[in-house]
Amino acid sequence: MADYTDNEMMALAAGRFIKNGDIVFAGTGVSILAATAAKRIYAPKAVIFFETGGIDPSLDEIPMAVADLRVMSGTCLNSGLIEAFSIVGHRKLHTIAFLGAAQIDKYGNLNTTVIGDYHKPKTRFSGSGGACDVASFASGVITFMQHQKRRFVEKLDYLTSVGWYKGGDSRKKLGLQRGGAMAVVTNLGVMKFDETTKTMYLAECYPGITIDKIVENTGFTIDVSQAVESAPPTAEELRILREEVDPQKLIL
Amino acid sequence: MGMYPEIDDKLMTLEDAVRCFIKNGSQIAIGGFTVTRNPMALAYEIVRQGIKDIHLVCHSHGQALDVLIGAGCVKRLEIAYGGNGRYAPTCIRFKKAIQRGEIQFEDYSNYQMSLRFLAGALGIPFIPTKSGLGSDLINLEGFPPEIRKEKKVASKKYVVTQNPFNSWGDKVVLLPALNPDVAIMHAQYVGEEGTVRIKGLTFADIEQAKSADIVIVTCEEIVPRSFIRLDPDQNSLPPFFVDAIVKIPYGAHPTAVYTCYDYDPKHLNLYKKVADDDRTFKEYLDEWVYGVKSHEEYLEKIGSTTLFQIKANPVLGYAVGLDRK
Repeated sequence: MADYTDNEMMALAAGRFIKNGDIVFAGTGVSILAATAAKRIYAPKAVIFFETGGIDPSLDEIPMAVADLRVMSGTCLNSGLIEAFSIVGHRKLHTIAFLGAAQIDKYGNLNTTVIGDYHKPKTRFSGSGGACDVASFASGVITFMQHQKRRFVEKLDYLTSVGWYKGGDSRKKLGLQRGGAMAVVTNLGVMKFDETTKTMYLAECYPGITIDKIVENTGFTIDVSQAVESAPPTAEELRILREEVDPQKLIL
Repeated sequence: MGMYPEIDDKLMTLEDAVRCFIKNGSQIAIGGFTVTRNPMALAYEIVRQGIKDIHLVCHSHGQALDVLIGAGCVKRLEIAYGGNGRYAPTCIRFKKAIQRGEIQFEDYSNYQMSLRFLAGALGIPFIPTKSGLGSDLINLEGFPPEIRKEKKVASKKYVVTQNPFNSWGDKVVLLPALNPDVAIMHAQYVGEEGTVRIKGLTFADIEQAKSADIVIVTCEEIVPRSFIRLDPDQNSLPPFFVDAIVKIPYGAHPTAVYTCYDYDPKHLNLYKKVADDDRTFKEYLDEWVYGVKSHEEYLEKIGSTTLFQIKANPVLGYAVGLDRK
């Protein structure tokens, strides 16, 4: 048995996408682990910020919400929502957003609003929050998902946040100048999007996860021809994650 | 004359502030964001006074939103997000009310709601953005068509149009401005001359206050003029925007106030446990809202041990090492 958890693997798999100079829009849960791990392991010159307006907090403790006092502590600047969204879409910045969702489709469009009919839902979720905004504006979106058939669906019950919309150049035609879905990080592997068609393909299976298992848990046809096995977490990556990123074990 | 002659006409009790300014059917913008700086004392008082048919307008909200909905005060809701961090990834009574069809609701995003308040503050009827193009936020209206003609309800949720300044089919979304009847908010400090200072993140509180007809501010402390005017760069609202000021320490409990106190994990976990069931939620309201005469009595029930545990380190802003599970 591997000696790391799904959340640890997901945080590291997503963190590996972050480069020095990236401005990282973090949410809560695994997303904040990934952002903090990225900064402490792979990209010390990346900047983490929150839609609530906290920019580059020290993150000595893990925030449990994007309005947690911990996103205001040790920052270079505390502002508000409008200022925060002026960063997400800023033409001079390369912004990567971490999001989560209840449903995703093959073009990386996300649903965080309802299951069932919008007006009389079977299950109501929190709603867009800033997700629709960052999906519209960020240079790239990395989405965390539990890899299940009911979550990887042919058609979303509600399209909260636009990824590649209907594929091809349809996102641009909507009037969205940049951005789009960059990757999907699940408890089984990592998906990316074809450069031309913008459909999701399997890029990485985690160690010990078969391609078949991923296909079985995906509710649409997915290209697996380019799949490779992910590098397992190193001892040092796990140490930083456990001892520095989330020592209180609030998320891990 | 009271202790603070310059704000004598604005300084009120919680009870009077709600009685004077909040009516059945009022459109209200709430300050704060999910687990932080919710004007809870005001929300509890609104519940105690049995205010009905509120039209809430907000971006991402948590505890105050959920208590107001759960207590049956809310008829209509325009919202981006109902959640309380890990204590309620989706606000519990909000979720139930929508699933049961008990409230009218319409979804926007955080930036969109913030821009709508900004437009209201600037006195412009609508404001453009690129956010939401292609999404169901734009495609689906939440409110039934028959209420579109009512006061304080926009005639349309959005308009998608061409950018009039170019000719290549560049699309924009127009958002209707918001001018709520009342904005309620909780701040750390109000000066004895009425200036408001929010420390930490302001969220959209300032835009909300400037967009509203009436502004009620509760605060942790009333501070001397010499203090609030020593560093005016730190201030959030000039006195003339504020109609009512209530000094109410721990007025945001169980949500957090930067440099003052953290969110109260114990109480939020208790709430999570009881909110899921109609009977236990009613018992919660009976015990913690209807059953206490004042916020002081509520704090006595919370207890000094908890209040010490959540007390923030004034330098770091939060309660270091607080058990948040």
